[in-house]
Amino acid sequence: MTDDKDMFICRCEEVTLREIEQAIDEGFVTVKDVKRVTRAGMGLCQGRTCSKTIARIIAQRTGRPLEDVLPKSYRFPVRPEKMLAVENEEFNDAKNS
Amino acid sequence: MVERDIVVIGSGPAGLCAAIEAAEAGAKVLIVDENAKPGGQLFKQIHKFFGSREHRAGVRGIDIGTLLLKQAEELNIEVWLNTEACGIFDQDKVWVVRDKHTSVTIHAKRIILATGANENAVNFPGWTLPGVMGAGAAQTMINIHRVLPGQKILMIGSGNVGVIVSYQLLQAGAQVKAVVEAAPQLGGYGVHTAKVRRAGVPFYTGHTVLEAKGTDHIESAVVVKLDAAWKPIAGTEFELDVDTICIAAGLTPAVELAFGAGCRSVNSPVLGGLVPWHDETMRTSLSSIYIAGDVSGVEEASTAMEEGRMAGLSAAQSLGYLQEKRYRTRFEAINHNLLALRSGMFGQKRRDAKKAIVAASKG
Repeated sequence: MTDDKDMFICRCEEVTLREIEQAIDEGFVTVKDVKRVTRAGMGLCQGRTCSKTIARIIAQRTGRPLEDVLPKSYRFPVRPEKMLAVENEEFNDAKNS
Repeated sequence: MVERDIVVIGSGPAGLCAAIEAAEAGAKVLIVDENAKPGGQLFKQIHKFFGSREHRAGVRGIDIGTLLLKQAEELNIEVWLNTEACGIFDQDKVWVVRDKHTSVTIHAKRIILATGANENAVNFPGWTLPGVMGAGAAQTMINIHRVLPGQKILMIGSGNVGVIVSYQLLQAGAQVKAVVEAAPQLGGYGVHTAKVRRAGVPFYTGHTVLEAKGTDHIESAVVVKLDAAWKPIAGTEFELDVDTICIAAGLTPAVELAFGAGCRSVNSPVLGGLVPWHDETMRTSLSSIYIAGDVSGVEEASTAMEEGRMAGLSAAQSLGYLQEKRYRTRFEAINHNLLALRSGMFGQKRRDAKKAIVAASKG
């Protein structure tokens, strides 16, 4: 990894390497905590692209093995959906084939 | 509520085979897939597969996909396309959204997750410029949509995905300027690697991309040599004239649904990171949920198909659709195929990693 601190790590929420390193230095050393303070991983892709990178940055910066870095939490819905879909709930099986 | 015996999430090689095996046993199966067409990655695979004859070696992925879809149709397997599985509740209810418009809760006695994997990112200054993409994304563009992602390509990663997609980009009419590999040795099968090398593409092992340059799209890439500690060596930088960078740096299992549902995880670095714990019948720590294919650890389409068959067989058996003798016979046959696929120089590592997952405590 190079030193360009202004590159985005989480492109959905536009969180830079600098912001993530700052959070780690402030003591946020799990992927979940970094997400809570920086919003990295809270965007459209829900961390599918960046959470592995963030775990690696935490491991490098804290000198801990990667497998000791706690992962993010997984919550539903796992895809971005409109509230419209929740409102339009279909119960009739006949309409579902 | 909508009721089904078995809901399979994902219609790639693992999902299709799981559905076919379960339907053959007599179970009522529904497959849901978020894409507009079934088949997952199979229809992008225009190259011939490896393995032995019974694993359809020498057959192209697209032809395997066509065959599986035909079988699924003959078995009257129901398929919902443009259907996103968004959550699993109470271990047996799958909440899906159809056409981005309507939600349906499906009560399933058994759920088989065949959700596949996501491409890993590599970060360097400029990696968010238009023109940087996953190698799998580039493959979708050329082989499904028949659009070239660019004219002058740099491939990051020399594993099978990297070399196969490089070759297919050449076939599609692009120039592949180089393949860079951070590790000191090449990662792909010799047959695929040699084809790309014979076409004149230079390979740089122990190198990585330092930076992608450009204002609103990629205009060049700076490549640098790495030392033994994988640190860039100053003064070894050189610039390549490219408009596209493809990243083939491995895959991560798509585990969101499994872990959201509460399946216990096991760390398997060889197979892509955290995966849901499973036994040799592909059942997870939640007794109604099974997994198959890359979500259970990243391997290949051939192993994904066998794992799918195993998951479909076990799920159907747990619902009482198979007599013990027939179940044992099929179990042994599928297990035999899996062991054969996980042998040899490349397979042994995967076999050991799979064994470690099964041996880990169920929690």
